[in-house]
Amino acid sequence: MDIFSIAGAAYLVAALLFILSLAGLSKHETASQGWLYGVAGMTLALVATVIQVVDGGTTTAVIVLVVAVAVGAVIGLWRAKVVEMTGMPELIALLHSFVGLAAVLIGWNGHLEAAAGHVHGGAIHSAEVFIGVFIGAVTFTGSIVAFLKLSARMKSAPLMLPGKNVINIGALVVFVILTVVYVINPTLPLLIAVTVVALALGWHLVASIGGGDMPVVVSMLNSYSGWAAAASGFLLGNDLLIVTGALVGSSGAYLSYIMCKAMNRSFISVIAGGFGIEAGPSGDVDYGEHREINAEDTAELLAGASSVVITPGYGMAVAQAQYPVAELTRILRDKGVDVRFGIHPVAGRLPGHMNVLLAEAKVPYDIVLEMDEINDDLAETDVVLVIGANDTVNPAAAEDPTSPIAGMPVLRVWESKNVVVFKRSMAAGYAGVQNPLFFRENTQMLFGDAKTKVDEIVNALARVPA
Amino acid sequence: MLIGVTRETKPGETRVAATPATVKQLTGLGYDVVIEGGAGEASSFKDEAYAEAGGRIGTDADAWGADLVFRVNAPSVGEVELLKSGATLVAPLAPAQSAELLDALAARKVDAFAMDAVPRISRAQSMDILSSQANIAGYRAVVEAAHHFGRFFTGQVTAAGKVPPAKVLVAGAGVAGLAAIGAASSLGAIVRATDPRPEVADQVKSLGGEYLKVEVEVEKSTDGYAKATSEAYDQRAAEIYSEQAEDVDIIVTTALIPGRPAPKLITAADVASMKSGSVIVDMAAAMGGNVEGTVKDEVVITPNGVTIIGYTDLPARLPAQSSQLYGTNLVNLMKLVTPEKDGVLALDLEDQVQRGLTVVHDGGVLWPPPPVQVSAAPAVAAPAEVAVKETQKPLSAGAKLALVGTGALALFLLNAVAPAEITRHFTVLTLSVVIGFYVIGHVHHALHTPLMSVTNAISGIVVVGALLQLTVADNVVLVLAGIATLLASINIFGGFAVTRRMLSMFRKA
Repeated sequence: MDIFSIAGAAYLVAALLFILSLAGLSKHETASQGWLYGVAGMTLALVATVIQVVDGGTTTAVIVLVVAVAVGAVIGLWRAKVVEMTGMPELIALLHSFVGLAAVLIGWNGHLEAAAGHVHGGAIHSAEVFIGVFIGAVTFTGSIVAFLKLSARMKSAPLMLPGKNVINIGALVVFVILTVVYVINPTLPLLIAVTVVALALGWHLVASIGGGDMPVVVSMLNSYSGWAAAASGFLLGNDLLIVTGALVGSSGAYLSYIMCKAMNRSFISVIAGGFGIEAGPSGDVDYGEHREINAEDTAELLAGASSVVITPGYGMAVAQAQYPVAELTRILRDKGVDVRFGIHPVAGRLPGHMNVLLAEAKVPYDIVLEMDEINDDLAETDVVLVIGANDTVNPAAAEDPTSPIAGMPVLRVWESKNVVVFKRSMAAGYAGVQNPLFFRENTQMLFGDAKTKVDEIVNALARVPA
Repeated sequence: MLIGVTRETKPGETRVAATPATVKQLTGLGYDVVIEGGAGEASSFKDEAYAEAGGRIGTDADAWGADLVFRVNAPSVGEVELLKSGATLVAPLAPAQSAELLDALAARKVDAFAMDAVPRISRAQSMDILSSQANIAGYRAVVEAAHHFGRFFTGQVTAAGKVPPAKVLVAGAGVAGLAAIGAASSLGAIVRATDPRPEVADQVKSLGGEYLKVEVEVEKSTDGYAKATSEAYDQRAAEIYSEQAEDVDIIVTTALIPGRPAPKLITAADVASMKSGSVIVDMAAAMGGNVEGTVKDEVVITPNGVTIIGYTDLPARLPAQSSQLYGTNLVNLMKLVTPEKDGVLALDLEDQVQRGLTVVHDGGVLWPPPPVQVSAAPAVAAPAEVAVKETQKPLSAGAKLALVGTGALALFLLNAVAPAEITRHFTVLTLSVVIGFYVIGHVHHALHTPLMSVTNAISGIVVVGALLQLTVADNVVLVLAGIATLLASINIFGGFAVTRRMLSMFRKA
């Protein structure tokens, strides 16, 4: 029994703990437990590794270790503490980029070590370096672009370069050729070249995807960051990295799959980019006139209802309306109104984004239902409040086969008795598709900032005797 | 503008076109309201209450002479003289049957809103008096039946013996029928209902009734009203009524076809087959009745002891309730025609609803309005067409098998030629991917974000790689590994901390 076999044993236990962690996070009841498993696994892995470093490294190495981990911990904890729940998508995208960059650096180190003769090189090693750097770099720039788009530092409209598919495939071909050359003769310029190609590919890939597809992009990048870690594991011959990377990679891939299914689109078509490219003939149809309602009347409508469903979208997050919405929910529930939430899988800019926002505002999670759970109840519902959602409640998806979003599963809010849509103006949603819902006979529009309007309704309800 | 609320002159009428509550809403829209003294007396609304709500109590001449006159019943041709020229009359006018009255109004240059001509579309439902009054009538019909029925509605097991529940048949599941179904089932009776429109089955069920389907092809209703039906249907329906008449204790009939005599649903033979003590409420008595033997406005007892109630004033028997709902219908109409809330009537004849109910305007009769198409069963055809834009077909079983086979073969070949070390890593990778999919497969939708942030944190495990590289005696490698360690640490600590924060927010009701 030496230090390495102990480390190996510790890694195996850590890998098991990570599996338990993910399993625990699939249910509310066990989520906290899952978190604990994750922390335990990470601590174990870190301690085992640090012992190896202290044992085999120089004093400088230990100092670098302590400083790097300490600084990283401080930054990480600080960001986690101050982040707004509405800003979660940006934070997560940024964190993905760190994993990507770390994987690139590890790959570079792999090359440098081999070049200096510290480790045995060889074809396999070279290929591993290349693959690790490539995946890491794509993840890095892809996540940076996603972060910029999500935090509105960059236009969220898709970048439309001519022949963008040729660019993507070309980059892959260049990667394969470079890999072959590098395996034969590992030189630094080749490594630099592949890094640049991968960085450019990652940038272009995500830049071509519109803001409305961000839930898919973020979970896809989550998956990539896992594969990047797994690639590093291959390079270093470390099974813990492979196991963990594969877990994260497959979990991200699965989430992407759920998101794609929710939009009735194939993964490829999301990656290839661009909602609303094929402008359907439905663009110029005259849908008739919409009708407006004010906060006062909405309050009256709600007070008289026996069942209310709220379908929030990204607009609620933008307006920070989750707190007044939660207050509204509480008041209505106290009055005996059955209030529930219907969440479309791609509402928001992150899988599960709306759930987190509502939880933050202390809405009990058992009244927050998934689209499939609530869709059949909508016809029996007195009032549906659509707060900052648009494409996810668009009847065109179900009824107009020529619509660009045809076939996408949507919340069938139009079947309910009354629909009140909170909106800033009559502008189209992310998909750039007009929404016939607004012109339905049972729909009324409540224009203005969602937060202000919900506040007004809450105030008006307070005046209505129970 | 001034709104006048007159005292109703029809004998037996107990309702009034405005209540203190609606007067308050009307003044809120900018109107002045004058109420003929004692107009609300029969509905238990005192003059003082109206005055308190912001109305003025006046004489009959004051009320009839207002700019807008609200009534529960159409005025007689004689009463039209009381209206001032240029005024607007708001009342149910039965425009299809009252050409003479419309002409008189036109001659007097009085605009008329026929409240019973409101188009039956969802948007106009808030001013649809047929619905609001039919609802009350349906409820009252059951109450009348209960009054004449010598037994409980609900079944009971008592010390003095067992009581079976009453069986109620409701013919026609329109607004009145549904109200009757709801009232009877909440009294505990077994309720069955018939209606030519199969789409009402769910509504019947939702109120606790059982829908008796007539198994014949029927046309779909496009204007929200039931249509006269085919012969085969009538025959099968008649059989159902005969079967039910023998079995049930109470029958409530609500079948009306606009502008035509009511269809005869229950024959004299059916009535004769009913048990003694049974009760029939014929809500179509005003239009000739659905039951053979109904006498308008009277209660008849047949030789075999069946009571047939032919009241036509069912809503008026709940005057306070009817007046309140009718008054609110009128307020909703005024909201529509007073968009500025400035007390000035702004009629927009381009609007479907306003066009539909304006039967006299500027000295001309505007009845009948252009047809409004609206279906009670929305867009049935649409889902069938959706399939047109299926861009990706699901893979056939063969294609799937081929795909899996190719993948397995590729993996096999790769491992067969690769060095032992790689094969070992691949084994680990493959099994981990499979475990990953199984573990994540059942994740609750609400936990997607926490899951993502925790996987984010654990993908910070690359720190292990970076740390191990710290042991290499090379300064460049040391620096790069240091940076990688720092980045991965941000991930680990940030990811776990933010997940903790999110999880602590989720709570159960």
